[in-house]
Amino acid sequence: MNETNTFLLDGEEIPFTPGQTIIQAATAHGVYIPHLCWHPEFKAHGSCKICTVKVNGRFGSSCTMAAQAGMNVENRSTELDDKRRTLLQMYFVEGNHFCPSCEKSGNCSLQATAYELKMVSPHFDMFYPDRPVDASHPDILLDFNRCIMCSLCVTASREVDGKNVFSMGGRGLLGRRIHISSESGKLADTDFALTDRAASICPVGVILPKRKGFAVPIGERKYDKLPINLQVTEETQ
Amino acid sequence: MNAPAPAVKKLRVATTSLAGCFGCHMSFLDIDERIIPLLDLIEFDRSPLTDIKHCGPCDLGIIEGGLCNAENVHVLREFRKNCKFLVAMGACAINGGLPAQRNHLDLRDVLEEVYQTDVGLSHGGIPNDPELPLPLNEVHPIHEVVKIDYFLPGCPPPADAIWKLLTDLLAGRTPTLGHGLMHYD
Repeated sequence: MNETNTFLLDGEEIPFTPGQTIIQAATAHGVYIPHLCWHPEFKAHGSCKICTVKVNGRFGSSCTMAAQAGMNVENRSTELDDKRRTLLQMYFVEGNHFCPSCEKSGNCSLQATAYELKMVSPHFDMFYPDRPVDASHPDILLDFNRCIMCSLCVTASREVDGKNVFSMGGRGLLGRRIHISSESGKLADTDFALTDRAASICPVGVILPKRKGFAVPIGERKYDKLPINLQVTEETQ
Repeated sequence: MNAPAPAVKKLRVATTSLAGCFGCHMSFLDIDERIIPLLDLIEFDRSPLTDIKHCGPCDLGIIEGGLCNAENVHVLREFRKNCKFLVAMGACAINGGLPAQRNHLDLRDVLEEVYQTDVGLSHGGIPNDPELPLPLNEVHPIHEVVKIDYFLPGCPPPADAIWKLLTDLLAGRTPTLGHGLMHYD
């Protein structure tokens, strides 16, 4: 590795290989940068803005910005975490995120990120949008109340499964949503399967396998045991 | 001459459950025997534990539950008027919680199904006694109506989180919850 290929992340020297983004290099080095729509397996979408860092004093998305030698990156400053918390609060009021009744609770990236950023309230007025549930598929439940439009299911279904089951479309708060690629708009009328990569990619509680909801009890789940910042891994989730 | 030590003024605390299930209050009682030393430091004003009906001037108010009817809003405003520091305790106070699951349904449809068409009830019609507070069209969290000074998430918040809140406040610190005490479920 070329000795000059390093940058500073909160004062710590991080090595990188040319072509890596800031978040890829940080993750490979075991350093946590809060994020929602980025996944180590896929090309960055760059939409959630939670991974925003300051590069040489200017804001940038660490999932899309290439690492460059000598750059000075600010990550977990009070200023950035305050902004991230505000973004999270917008996510929480924009959907219907009721953790006590959600099967994903404890395994949810949105929830774990909110814990990490010490979000104790949604702060803003709730939107309570009317969002559909699709229980048509025999093995999978779709609960769009919790969707954060990260588009990971769209990417996984297209790039790994080669199926294009999901797509994002529409405009505005109520119009923009994930669409199912079938004549009826129902998941049961697609070739979606439990073994698809897209079936296990959802960071929140939208795409859920049926009949497994509480196989692991609340309190013993991934982020119940360790906070998200201590579980940085390049391995697929 | 040694003057007797002045008695420590106890923190006056009021609590209530609005559109909640009293689960947060039960979790509060789960502090178990710690409630005995706590009573040397605080005294209760209006609370389900004292059955005092109206809130007087207090240092701390703790609200469980969101707002599902007009009376909830009046009680909340009484607490805000009288309490120096107001805490939203539990998921329902913070984002509406379980009662807010009715928000995407029409209120009249819900009442008709419960009191008229559903099986198992007396089919006596939708209650309309003037003493009953009118339900709100939607259930809302309390921070949308009054200023809230601190939020204690959880369904319910663990007893240790409630204890941490109280001991932090008694020590004059801003309450903080670490991993394990902060959870939304």
